[in-house]
Amino acid sequence: MKRLERKHPLAIRWFHWINFPVLFVMMWSGLLIYWANDVYRVGFGSHTLLHFFPEQFYERFNLSSRLAEGMAWHFTFAWFFALNGLLYVLFVAFSGEWRYLLPTRKSFGEAFQVVLHDLKIRKSPLPRAKFNGAQRFAYTGVVVMGFGSLVTGLAIYKPIQLAIITRILSPSFLGASGYEVARWLHFWLTIGFCGFFLVHVAQVIRAGWNNFRAMITGFEVVRDETEETPHVA
Amino acid sequence: MNESQQPQEPTEIVESASGEGKGAPPVKKDVVPDVVAPSLAKEALPTAPPVPIKEVVSAIPKAPHGEDAEAQMRRLSRRSFLWAGAAVLGTFGAFRWINTRRTEDGLVWPLRRSLDTSGEVARDLFSEGKLAPEWDAKRAHEPRVNGDIGMDGDLDLASWKLHVSGLASEDLELGLHAIKALPQTEITTELKCIEGWSVIVSWGGARLSDFLKRYPPQTQSGDAASLKKPDDLPGYVGLATPDGAYYVGLDREAALHPQTLLCTHMNGKPLTVEHGAPLRLVVPVKYGVKHIKRIGSLAWSNERPADYWAEQGYDWYGGH
Repeated sequence: MKRLERKHPLAIRWFHWINFPVLFVMMWSGLLIYWANDVYRVGFGSHTLLHFFPEQFYERFNLSSRLAEGMAWHFTFAWFFALNGLLYVLFVAFSGEWRYLLPTRKSFGEAFQVVLHDLKIRKSPLPRAKFNGAQRFAYTGVVVMGFGSLVTGLAIYKPIQLAIITRILSPSFLGASGYEVARWLHFWLTIGFCGFFLVHVAQVIRAGWNNFRAMITGFEVVRDETEETPHVA
Repeated sequence: MNESQQPQEPTEIVESASGEGKGAPPVKKDVVPDVVAPSLAKEALPTAPPVPIKEVVSAIPKAPHGEDAEAQMRRLSRRSFLWAGAAVLGTFGAFRWINTRRTEDGLVWPLRRSLDTSGEVARDLFSEGKLAPEWDAKRAHEPRVNGDIGMDGDLDLASWKLHVSGLASEDLELGLHAIKALPQTEITTELKCIEGWSVIVSWGGARLSDFLKRYPPQTQSGDAASLKKPDDLPGYVGLATPDGAYYVGLDREAALHPQTLLCTHMNGKPLTVEHGAPLRLVVPVKYGVKHIKRIGSLAWSNERPADYWAEQGYDWYGGH
């Protein structure tokens, strides 16, 4: 016997799906800005493994020479990103949804088991739960990252009126100004979002239609175990 | 617990029930919280409705008699996916709409309004007491030469004059000595380019606020200008190169900021031509684009002055 199970509250579905195009605009306009001073790379010493970004990348996606446009979109949609994120955090805090989302002491071991399972090392199925340990870390982590993007973004946007942030980000041993550190963090957090996005989408595809549909409708079809118990007995 | 029961209880029940996996022995049911127990018991009765738990029934739109979960899901999905489709169309429509508006100074007007509004809010919140962090002069570097608009042709330093207008008196033509006669100050701050790079530079010169005190502008009331009554001072100042090819506008708050300089020296040496000799603006509370080189004129006004890069799609305010 199958039946419907409530999964994602309406508010969370709205926050999630509003965040999708807003974050997309933030990343796209961020690239338009980054193009003007594209200094970051992965490498050691003078040897560069990967430069962000290769010229073909800017050409392919038409990202060159659009700094003014990028800043205008970025500084406009930052408000929506911040507001949506803030409302999400407040909703999660006051609705009690945080109970499913924050990692607990159990989550460490559970997340490890999830990784083993996803790598096909662990054969037995994972215990069923709304969010497993790995999801708790991922969904809490990405909100922390969003907060980090907001704070470092504000530091870049108003480095003097909000000099308190640039000062915190400016430990003398780094030999860089807080403004430079904020820009560096802001960039790598964005790369982090891309990483989150890839893993998230891959996991959603793996989990299947029923799981994805729940993020649209709020409900999941589940096999009703409670019906079967009398027979087991 | 009572208040939070409504939305969560169904999920909790279901989780605890289904979380045990198949073949869980019935004894395990004891783990289910007390509140759940009666409904679960009810569900075991032969007369129980197909959807067992009362709260779930109320949380999920009622299924017509005999409709199974998949059919119920299809009905719910239809509604939700119509919403989703409308939201996707609306999102694309909104972006298209923004992107196809007429442009104002190189930027579609919704974004131009957004930047201007953010600028006005920032102006209202601006605190002159917030100073740009100052650095040890040993960390200063020479900034890259970025931009030579308005710097065409050789400048005859000997005949250079600063044309000043919007004063309480007649317009003035001032030589460099007039700037050097003002109290001199040196600051080491971080120059931030709109492109994203930044560099620490030592700047020397006279505060624009000291210049204002010495050459008072026309006030709104007609009274003598006073820094103690900033609201009575002109709202803006505009600066331009001698040929008028490059020009910037500053709001009063930035002009009066204690670190805003009419700058003659960079890193301890007189300005070089490419860095704006003989006089440039240093305004750490703004992006580098406002640090106009080779100033030829300075005009106080109550109208927002034109700004070269703001006409090319950039933010007029550009404040930090």
